[in-house]
Amino acid sequence: MLGFIIQRAIQAVAVMAVMSVIVFVGVYAIGNPVDIVIPPDATQAMREEAIRRLGLDLPLWEQYGIFAWNLLHGDFGRSFVYNVPVLELIGGRLPATLELVLISILFAAVTGVALGVYAGVKPDSWLSKAIMGLSILGFSVPSFWVGLILILTFAVSLGWLPAGGRGDTVTVFGIPWSFLTLDGLSHIVLPAINLALFKLAMMIRLARAGTREVMLSDTVKFARAAGIPEGVILRRHVLKLISIPLITVFGLELGSTLAFAVVTETIFSWPGVGKLIIDSIGVLDRPVMVAYLVLIAFLFVMINFTVDLVFALIDPRIRSGRQGA
Amino acid sequence: MTDISPPQKATPPLLLFWREFRRNRVAAVALGLTVLLVFVAVFAPLIAPQDPYDLGALSLMDARRPPGFTGSGGYTHILGTDPQGRDLLSAILYGLRISIEIGIMAGAIALAIGATLGVVAAYLGGWVESLIMRIVDLQLSFPAILLALVLSALLGQGKAQLVTALVAAQYAYFARTAYGAATSERRKDYIEAALATPLHARRVVFKHLLPNCAPPLIVVATVQIASSISLEATLSFLGLGLPVTEPSLGMLISNGFPYMMSGRYWISVYPGVMLILLIMAINIVGDQIRDQLNPRLRR
Repeated sequence: MLGFIIQRAIQAVAVMAVMSVIVFVGVYAIGNPVDIVIPPDATQAMREEAIRRLGLDLPLWEQYGIFAWNLLHGDFGRSFVYNVPVLELIGGRLPATLELVLISILFAAVTGVALGVYAGVKPDSWLSKAIMGLSILGFSVPSFWVGLILILTFAVSLGWLPAGGRGDTVTVFGIPWSFLTLDGLSHIVLPAINLALFKLAMMIRLARAGTREVMLSDTVKFARAAGIPEGVILRRHVLKLISIPLITVFGLELGSTLAFAVVTETIFSWPGVGKLIIDSIGVLDRPVMVAYLVLIAFLFVMINFTVDLVFALIDPRIRSGRQGA
Repeated sequence: MTDISPPQKATPPLLLFWREFRRNRVAAVALGLTVLLVFVAVFAPLIAPQDPYDLGALSLMDARRPPGFTGSGGYTHILGTDPQGRDLLSAILYGLRISIEIGIMAGAIALAIGATLGVVAAYLGGWVESLIMRIVDLQLSFPAILLALVLSALLGQGKAQLVTALVAAQYAYFARTAYGAATSERRKDYIEAALATPLHARRVVFKHLLPNCAPPLIVVATVQIASSISLEATLSFLGLGLPVTEPSLGMLISNGFPYMMSGRYWISVYPGVMLILLIMAINIVGDQIRDQLNPRLRR
């Protein structure tokens, strides 16, 4: 087991190193950041001074060396545009993104499992068919389009909910949160639904497939024979049996929801990390782009590493299988 | 399927496939719609009332007019006009053309690269196999949208750059599928027999192994073309896709977005309806092909 952990850890570190090189070189290759930092009427001397100050006159490998060294010390550099440390900038935007992602994942899980279990118990009712239709829609319609329709319907036509921004926030532990105020809550409803829709569709499908399988199993047959009411069977037995694959997928999807938040945040002008990165790409704010990509890569490597370890703990075949290969 | 009497003459398998396909009404309609959309996209220059790329023919006097408005061109804009004064129907037809073109191009290149990698990995085995499949699996653990987003941001705007980003984000699905099919085909006797002959291994891999991996690859290809189109639209909406001069469907939607707040819904809504019709039609066709090719669903 220890060998397996070490092997996986080395692999994770290698992936991170490769990713940081790719990201650094890739971001370096686009545009000339000097043009956005200094005014167009600057003299040649001012230009060269700016290039030197930003370290852009050094060879590429040396820039990477400095970058990697700083990275290992938790220093992601300063934003060219905002002139504040990048980590501070991203950290300031992170609560908004986390708030949005967590609320929509929670919404997707609770609603998705409820609808999916219903569709699994009564596969032939018209409501189940409507639910499955909804899930097909959630899979194939691009999420930015759903966001537009939500805005058009609930913000423009009906005027029930605001179309963008975070609304009022309450500061707890020095961090502003939207979901604690009524106004903030009304701002989060539409983006959360938008972000949740894809996960919702997936949860419905998984829960329905699991429920249909479990409902035919001996467990349910004997529980019914013992005279346990149907509702109790569902809550106590079916839900427990279908939860294992659901939790796995739920964990894996956490990362991809963060990625999809880029789209949702842009549509609803939600001031999170995703909006920051899109804006930074627009103005070629290199340090912000690099830091975001490295952090996202790190997050995914960590998620995969954890999933590998958990699976290896549960299923010893994976451990021995890897050693044999 | 029990009522089918043994055929007198051998019916071509493709015809049998089509007969079964036709039986699913929804899929048949979706296929018809897909063909129709591809047709109008290919012949857009002949069908569209206006050339939306000819900036000289556009008049800002006609901009943002509602559906049914008769503009300075002397004809009625059935779907209204966009912020630049383009006839929206023409812009949608041309946009459809670009979306389909990008989708098919990205899908075909990703198929070629992915299938080759998957089959070669399955055939060669050893360290080549572990290297290729490790990279593929690693990539599959990242969401495709993130990869496409990052790459198109790094590569910049343009058709070639966009296709590159989409291919890089999607080839792994083909590689996984081809690898899975090829590893099971590889063990079958006909491959062993072919390898025992003096035929060159490359010929066996590409003329015998690869064609037998085709069914699952066809299914993945339809799904991936739909998803390329959707990804392209998303990237264009975020301003990372194609240059503004030749708007795809996603770009048209994005252009209309700021005007939606003031009730000028049509600029965004109609291109979006077209986009969804296209994606859903392709997906339904893909679903039906998958069901028909899946031996487990056969009785």
